Amino acid sequence: PLWIKAAAPSTNNNSSSTTPPDSDPNGRRRIHSMLKLYYGLNEEGKAADQAESLDPCDINGPHFDPEVYLNKLRKECSLGELMDHESCMVKQIRSLDSDMQTLVYENYNKFISATDTIRKMKNDFKKMEDEMDCLSANMASITEFSARISGTLQDQHAQITKLSGVHTLLRKLQFLFELPARLNKCLELQAYAQAVSAHRRARCVLQQYSHMPSFRGIQDDCHVIMEQLAQQLRQKFRDGGSSAKDLSECVELLLQLDEPAEELCDKFLSHAQSRLEADLQGLEAELKDSAITDTDILEFIDRGCNEFVSSLCLVIASYQELFINQMANGKLHVFVDTLAARYFSLVERRIQEEKGVSDNSLLVRALDRFHRRLQAISKLLPGSAVPSHGTEIVVQAARERIKQYLSALQTFYHDSLTDVRQALAAPRGASSKDATPSLPELLASLSNFILNQLKSVLASVHLFTAKDITFSNKPYFKGEFCSQGVREGLVVSFIKFICQSSRQYCESAGDRGGSTPPALLLLLSRLCLDYETSTISYILTLTDEQFLVQHHTPVTPVTALCAEAREAAQKLLNHYVKVQGLIISQMLRKSVETRDWVNTIEPRNVRAVMKRVVEDTTSIDVQVGLLYEEGVRKAHSSDSSKRTFSVYSSSRQQIRYAPSYTPSAPMDTNLLSNIHKLFSERIDIFSPVEFNKVSVLTGIIKISLKTFLECVRLRTFGRYGLQQIQVDCHYLQMYLWRFVSDENLVHFLLDEIVCSAAHRCLDPSPMEQSVIEVICERG
Amino acid sequence: FVNKLQYLARIDRARALTAQTAETDAIRFLVGTQSLKFDNQIHIIDFDDENNVINKSVLLHDAGEIWHISGSPADKAVLTTCYSKTSESRVLTCAAVWRMPPEWESGNHESPDDSSNNPQTLELLCHLDNTAHGSVACVLWEPMGDGKRVISLAENHVLLWDLQESSTKATISSSATLEGKGQLKFTAGKWSPHHNNTQLATANDTAIRGWDLRSMSQIYCIENAHGQLVRDLDFNPNKQYYLASCGDDCKVKFWDVRHINEPVKCLEEHSHWVWSVRYNHSHDQLLLTGSSDSRVILSNMVSISSEPFGHLVDDDELSDNEESQQEDKGKEPLQDSIIATYEEHEDSVYAVEWSAADPWLFASLSYDGRLVINRVPRALKYRILL
Repeated sequence: PLWIKAAAPSTNNNSSSTTPPDSDPNGRRRIHSMLKLYYGLNEEGKAADQAESLDPCDINGPHFDPEVYLNKLRKECSLGELMDHESCMVKQIRSLDSDMQTLVYENYNKFISATDTIRKMKNDFKKMEDEMDCLSANMASITEFSARISGTLQDQHAQITKLSGVHTLLRKLQFLFELPARLNKCLELQAYAQAVSAHRRARCVLQQYSHMPSFRGIQDDCHVIMEQLAQQLRQKFRDGGSSAKDLSECVELLLQLDEPAEELCDKFLSHAQSRLEADLQGLEAELKDSAITDTDILEFIDRGCNEFVSSLCLVIASYQELFINQMANGKLHVFVDTLAARYFSLVERRIQEEKGVSDNSLLVRALDRFHRRLQAISKLLPGSAVPSHGTEIVVQAARERIKQYLSALQTFYHDSLTDVRQALAAPRGASSKDATPSLPELLASLSNFILNQLKSVLASVHLFTAKDITFSNKPYFKGEFCSQGVREGLVVSFIKFICQSSRQYCESAGDRGGSTPPALLLLLSRLCLDYETSTISYILTLTDEQFLVQHHTPVTPVTALCAEAREAAQKLLNHYVKVQGLIISQMLRKSVETRDWVNTIEPRNVRAVMKRVVEDTTSIDVQVGLLYEEGVRKAHSSDSSKRTFSVYSSSRQQIRYAPSYTPSAPMDTNLLSNIHKLFSERIDIFSPVEFNKVSVLTGIIKISLKTFLECVRLRTFGRYGLQQIQVDCHYLQMYLWRFVSDENLVHFLLDEIVCSAAHRCLDPSPMEQSVIEVICERG
Repeated sequence: FVNKLQYLARIDRARALTAQTAETDAIRFLVGTQSLKFDNQIHIIDFDDENNVINKSVLLHDAGEIWHISGSPADKAVLTTCYSKTSESRVLTCAAVWRMPPEWESGNHESPDDSSNNPQTLELLCHLDNTAHGSVACVLWEPMGDGKRVISLAENHVLLWDLQESSTKATISSSATLEGKGQLKFTAGKWSPHHNNTQLATANDTAIRGWDLRSMSQIYCIENAHGQLVRDLDFNPNKQYYLASCGDDCKVKFWDVRHINEPVKCLEEHSHWVWSVRYNHSHDQLLLTGSSDSRVILSNMVSISSEPFGHLVDDDELSDNEESQQEDKGKEPLQDSIIATYEEHEDSVYAVEWSAADPWLFASLSYDGRLVINRVPRALKYRILL
């Protein structure tokens, strides 16, 4: 019958399928759906199918009417189309037939076995039905029996329950009666905890039934025993000595025995205090010994942490465990605060003893441990001021440390300067070249020393802010420590110190000029100038980068520091000029003051002192040239050394035409120099110099020549005295012009000198210019 | 109102300047010229305050070029000069007491065109004979004295002279000599107006020394008072222990001679040697300095003056009206400050001097012979007075 069923749609499909069934998955699906349709299996979109298939002309629809279809075709199509249609239909029918055949062949065997299986199942079900009936009958009889049994056992069950109740009551009673004995035994064995728990269990019952005499007796006995027990506990408690754990156990038991908590609490704390004080005394003793035994700070802090802080934590923990419900935390706070204060004072003393700046890591580690251990207290006792106080100590220590570093840097700077001084004082030229380093080398090494030292100090200080240090994330160490402490307190202060101490060289040495070697002044001035141009900003940038400084408070700006450094450099250079000028001035002054200018012989040579002046000026020029740039000078005439003094001629004129003095006639001797002055700028002798060689040399020469002038004006000259001055001035003119920025300045001052000498001359008859030149060129 | 007047002395060079100390009515300065070639003169500069005119007279000083000049405090016609004399190719600075001829004042004012008028000559009263002691640096009259005692500083000697027979005879009443290594030479000195005129201060090289004139012994010595040579000294007229000094280190220092280790104050305003320092005679906060940087500086040193809090106001005055109090509030206390820098000179200024008659007027003299008379700025004057 399956075969027939399967074949039936094929007849239906014979005329309907227009698509070749093979090779097209769509076509196959359609075949499947059609088969399903045939077997009445539901499919989605069935309604739509039905709606579609109402059309009788739909060859695939269920309402297909061949007649209508044929008529429609015949009406609409031409013969050719019909022929085509026909042949197409035939082709389709044929292919459908072959599909059908294939399907049938494929499924035949399955159909056969399915039929067999179904037949077999039919037989088996029949057998099972019988067995099921039997089972249900048995179950019914079991239910019946069970109901009957439970009915009979009901009474006995109630009795058993009652009996067991009595049993437990009896056991309780037995416990009660045995209680005094048991307590006694516990007391003997010192098993206090057991005794207390046993008594506690019995206590309310005894209380409840105390109106009955027997119970009352037991209660009284117990009372006596417990009193005894409490006494013993108190004794034990009072003795102290026992460990903290024992103590807290003791307290716990006493509390359970309704001891007054307040009193216990006080006692507990006093015991704890005595023990903690012993720890503190140990620490104090170590502190005293530390000078002798030479224990480092880390060991000290370790000991403090392990002994004092951990026992303190234990006390806090047990206190809170024991008393926290009964008591306010106030007492504990006071207790902890007083003890911690003592501990802190010890730690502070120890930290203060830490003076050496060699190894900062030890201190930082010690402080870290100190701080870390205090955090435990803050966890145990949230409101406590102790950890914050501890942080304050750390902060204070860090501050102190920065100060120490600053002073260490300052000492280092002084020492380096002393070294430089010694190097400068070492005889030059006597030893081989490499023995005495030159000024630029000294400057470079000094500046490197300082920078390296500063860097290493920064590295040491940086340990305070390392990530693995607990206190480094405190706001102080994130903000103020970096900006106010390190940047301002250390770096800026140090730079300021350099400037300040440099300035002091100008002041202290100012009076006699001798104490500081001029080369040192020059070197320091260059150092300060270098600081101004680059080093300061480098150092500050380095600091800011290393410490990630966020400036909440205003800090010294780089420009202010630079200005200060520049000021110091300027002051030093001015002072250098002053000192060097003074040295040359003194030579000139001595040479003018000690000579008898009236009775001198006719000049044959340039005086030795002038040669010395030129030599010294040349060596100063070399010295300054080592550290400072050349600088600009005003354009000068092609051959300045050969310049003849205009004033020589003019002074000669003055003298030649020296009019007999008449009060009414204005003196023309003054006129020329006055006119000259009118058009030249005022010369400031001790004026600030610029940072270059020419300006420095100009300053020195100005000072020297002005001294020369003033000294000349205080003397009286004979004829040859004047001539000697002429020769000397010409010689100076020949050699000094090349050092100065504006040679007119030298001309002017030398003119003034010769002029003044001429005025101070008793017999003013000047030397011929040519003779002067000959003398000067000769040497 | 003219604040300053200049007088270009028609002279070659000049270093010596003094106010006529005994003259309290007319504002008068004396200038001594310095010339080796021509006759030297004393120029008497009269300043007519009302008309703002300078009148000048000339007296001949034929003894030699004048290095120092000083007027008697008792007789306005008497003065001393230190002058250099060349004899046998040796230059020696001598000192003498002179009297101005009585006629100079009587209409002898020199006018520019009046060249024919021959100047009159000073009348020599006596020499302060110093041949035994060497060149004289300066001669000092006893301050506010009767014009009978002078001190001369010659090389390393302090000589106290008694002038007798109306100053025509001078005898050394006592003397002291500074002993020490090297050639010691006094450069400047000042007779203290305090302590009954028994004290003197001198300068040699970098040291300042105090002398007691009764015993002629040294009472204090400020070694290294200045980094270089000390050029001038002056006593505070109102504070007996206070003393100002100046020198080649361009500084002006103020000393309390009871504490000589450190100066009380130090000014460093000049850019070259400071040659002269003068306290105002009445208002000792006003200080005048002259320097070879061609500048004259007037400073107001309130903090170390005898009136550090300004003019003291009487209690009655205060209670009179509240307005004055309000005024006081508006006034800030004066600070130590530079009041003015005068740059009229074109050569080194070797001498500055306050007028003896008008405390608000001063003169300065530069080497080129220019004398400049200036007034204290009026605003400051009123601040000090009111």
